Parts: sequence; C-alpha cells; structure tokens
Amino acid sequence: MSTRVPLPYTPTVLELFRNPKNMGKMENPDASAQAGSPACGDVISIYLRIAREGDEDVIEEAKFESYGCAANIAAASILTEIVKGKSLRDAWEIGWEDVAERLGGLPPVKRHCSILAVGGLRRAIRHYYEKSRPEWLPEDLTTVEKQALEEEEMIERLYGGMIGRE
Amino acid sequence: MFMPSVSALLKAHGTPPKEVYLDHENSGWVPPEVVEAMLPYFNEKGYGHPSITNKPGWEALEVVESTAETVAATLSVDPSLVHFVHSGTEANNLAILGSMMALKRRGKIIVSDIEHYSVLLPVLSLEDVGFGVVRAPVDEEGFVDVDVIRELVDSETVLVSVQAVNHEIGTVQRLKEIVEIVKDRNPDVIFHTDACDAYGRVPLKAEEIGVDMMTLSSHKILGPKGVGVLWVSEGVRVEPLLKGALSSQPLWPGVENVPSLVGFRKAVELAFQDGLSRVSTLRDRLINGILDRIQDTQLNGPSGEMRAPDNVNISFLHVEGEALTVELSLRGVYVSSGSACTSRVLEPSHVMLAIGKDYEAAHGSLLFKLTRYHSKGDVDYVVDQVVESVGRLREISPLGKG
Repeated sequence: MSTRVPLPYTPTVLELFRNPKNMGKMENPDASAQAGSPACGDVISIYLRIAREGDEDVIEEAKFESYGCAANIAAASILTEIVKGKSLRDAWEIGWEDVAERLGGLPPVKRHCSILAVGGLRRAIRHYYEKSRPEWLPEDLTTVEKQALEEEEMIERLYGGMIGRE
Repeated sequence: MFMPSVSALLKAHGTPPKEVYLDHENSGWVPPEVVEAMLPYFNEKGYGHPSITNKPGWEALEVVESTAETVAATLSVDPSLVHFVHSGTEANNLAILGSMMALKRRGKIIVSDIEHYSVLLPVLSLEDVGFGVVRAPVDEEGFVDVDVIRELVDSETVLVSVQAVNHEIGTVQRLKEIVEIVKDRNPDVIFHTDACDAYGRVPLKAEEIGVDMMTLSSHKILGPKGVGVLWVSEGVRVEPLLKGALSSQPLWPGVENVPSLVGFRKAVELAFQDGLSRVSTLRDRLINGILDRIQDTQLNGPSGEMRAPDNVNISFLHVEGEALTVELSLRGVYVSSGSACTSRVLEPSHVMLAIGKDYEAAHGSLLFKLTRYHSKGDVDYVVDQVVESVGRLREISPLGKG
C-alpha cells in the first residue's frame, strides 16, 4: 500500500532535467552498462569512451540514457559530467552521496536514483575490465552495486510473474 | 535532513505563458463565482455557530440546512439524512469504520480491487481487528464482475463498498445491478458507494440505486476543499468517529465550516445547471488527439458512455510518468501520474495493476480531468504539449528503441 509524499526538487535537479548534459546513446562505446528495470520505473544506461593516458585509462566522453523520474535523469546527467576526464580508478571512487550532493540533495525516497547512476557507472567500469581486473578494482561487489542489484532483484521477487513487456 | 527550498524550486520553474490545470483528481481549481459566494460568510454574515441561539448562528444554520437541501434534491433524498464532514476521505472512513462500530459484531467485508485508498485503508484496518476482507477483482476496463460478487456475498457479509465511478480510470460501474445482486443474496448487507467521481457526472438517485450510504466530495465538483458528504439511509446506524461538543451534525462534532458549505452549495448548483455533455466532447477530443498523434499509447479504462465524461487516463510506453508530469508542468500543463516514483515504495497505482496493466504501462500513465471551464483551445494546447513532452523523454529513454 503506497501513500504519496511531497517530493520537492532542488533548482539544480529541475535545471538538469530541463537541459540534460551528455544525453543520448553512444555509438561503439568502449564500455557501457545498464542498471535498474522498467518494472521499478528506473533504468539508467551509461556509455563511456576511454583512452589510455600514461598508466591510466581515462574517460574521454560519457553519455547516458534514462527511463525514470526527473531526479533519475538529473543524477545520470551530473554523473556523466563528474566523470569526464577522470581515470577509471578515480571514477570508481565516486559515491552516490557525491552525486546527490552535486544535485543539491535528494529526498530519501529518491536516493535510489543516485545509487542506480553510480551502480551503472561501476558496472560499466567492471565491463571494461572484464578480461583483466586491475588491482584497485575490488573483486567483490561494493555496497552501491549490491544496492542497485537489490533493487532489480526485489522487484523481480515481488512481482516476477506480473512483469511483462510489450 | 534534506530540506529543499520550495520557493527556490518555484523560482527555477517560472510561470509558463499558458497554463492549463487538469489535476482535478488531486485538488481543484475553484471558479470565481464559488469563491465570491463564500466571501461574505467569513465576516459579514453567517460567521456564527449553527447550534447557538443568536442571529449569526441562525444565519450559519440556514447555510447548513439549505446546503443539505440542495444536495438532497440532486440525489432525490431527504435532507435530514445528508451529513457534512470535512472531506471525501473522512466521509469514506466514517461510512466504513462508523457503520462497523455501530454493528457491534464482526463479519465479512467486500470491496472492489480499485477502490480509493480512503476506502481500502479503513477496510484493511478492520481486517486487523478480525473482519474478513475480500477484494473483488475487476476486468481490464475496471468493471466489477457481478458473478463474482454474487458468489462472494454470503450470510456472514456485513458490508460491501463499490465506487460509482473510478477516480483514476473513469469506469462507471453498473451500480444498481451490483446492489440488486448483493441485496438479493443478503438483504442485511450495508452497501456503501464512494460517489465522489460520479457526482454531477452520472445520474445518482441514491434510493433508486438502492445503496445505504453514499460519499460525495466538494472539491471533486469544483467546490472548495474541506467539505465531504455522507448520505446515510434511514435505519442504517453509524457511530461518529470523532467525539466532541456541539454541532448540528450528529456524525461530526465541532463547528461547521460554513463558508466552505456555501461554496459547495454554489458548486453543486453550477454543476447541475450546466450539464456535462460538452465535457465528454472535450474528453474525446483529448483522447483522440493523443492516441492519433503518439505511438505506443494505451487508453486506460472504458471508452464511450461507460467512461466518466471528465476522465482521460493514458499510458505512454517507454517513458516514466513522474518525469512527464514535471516536463508538462514546465510547459504549463498540470497533471498527475500513476507512477511509483510519486510514492513511497516501488509500487505504481493499484488501480492500474488491478486492470492488468504491466509495470511499464502503469509507470507511464497520466491522469487528466477536464471541467466545463476548459475550452477546445485548452485541449489542443495540451495535446501539442503532450506530443512534445513524450517525444523529448522518449529521446532520453533507453527503452523502446529496438
């Protein structure tokens, strides 16, 4: 049984929703991943263009697609801005709190948007290192990755039989 | 704690050049003539207490009585059985909890699966104290299956509550037929109907339909917020849920909200004088405008005469409804959505799920409610803005791109 709660947004969320940066699919990305599910009303796709600079793999370009609420679109947009020019090692360290902070804060009920964006980024980074994992990349899933996975699995568990796509 | 500034949000939002309000499901715009009728009752007359023996009190009592008479005339019932409370939510709670308190025994309660939360939640709280509760399924257009109702009603059944018109998808139930079947199976059953979305839209002669209790809400017919009605048939006992002093209302203590009653009375007069045929023309213009111009859309609920004349509910696949409400708001079109993203848990509208919509259709649904104050031009503007908004959000969405 759900009850509605007031959902004020910050002006930053509204502005990014109105004019998202780095929006759209990337052709032939070096790494990409999707997080969330249509069933829970949130899907974020992250696309990365990566180049080798010295000892580091650096994100040259990041793009996103989002099926979700205004906060979801804003979170994905700001994340693609934050990671641009960062090494994958540094990008890995970005937490969902960083994204929420850059948005001017998120109401508790919208935190999963930020978690999903960061979860998607980390999934894309893992995808890039599928064949050879650098030492700094933890073997086990981090909390935020688990949370993203939990959201996907929870909805499957709760409503598995009912989810259908057109 | 996250405490964003709503005033900063409003400043960032700005005021769009044209605004069309269609969120009459959740709260209403009130016509100027209704507001005008209310104003003298704050400080010129009728500001007294209807139960006190002085002139301002009698003026207030006159308002309470004439409002009851106005409402009673529209339902073809006795004005003394029209009870005022402070919202439709309160009237539904009073009907369900109050009648069951008066009954002084447990039994089985049957409700349709698509009732408003102000019916479902009090019923579920009765389940916690020993009542049996059955949610009767509906078909894909929201119609209650009368054969299922026939099977469900038994000697243990004490209460049945079925909406006259669904608040989200506009389904006009075959209420008289349902009541007949219920009473035929067990004449002692109390039948309540939440008629908030039916009042002023479909014929509602309470006694002819055969119900025992009926809920109405002022804001759903463009009256002010803060007035609900529970009509209770003669002989049906209801305990007041709130206890207090002095009131002309046996089921609600405290001083009556006289200015709002005046506004409600005016809203009722206007609603019944103007008729709604023009609204159903606008409804079909909006439905067809959207369905013709946007791919991957679904009308939720029935079409034609069995749909409320003011209700439009459409799912837009591959986009999420809350984002659509924000996008449309920036363009001056104010609507609501059945998306989970507007709720506390990851669960979209129970009405959409009950009519068998998948999650994407439920998340991507928008609810528009028209009034006789809207014009063709408003509807055409809304269609244009919806076309552009859905287009933009589908561009952002990874779904539906093959």
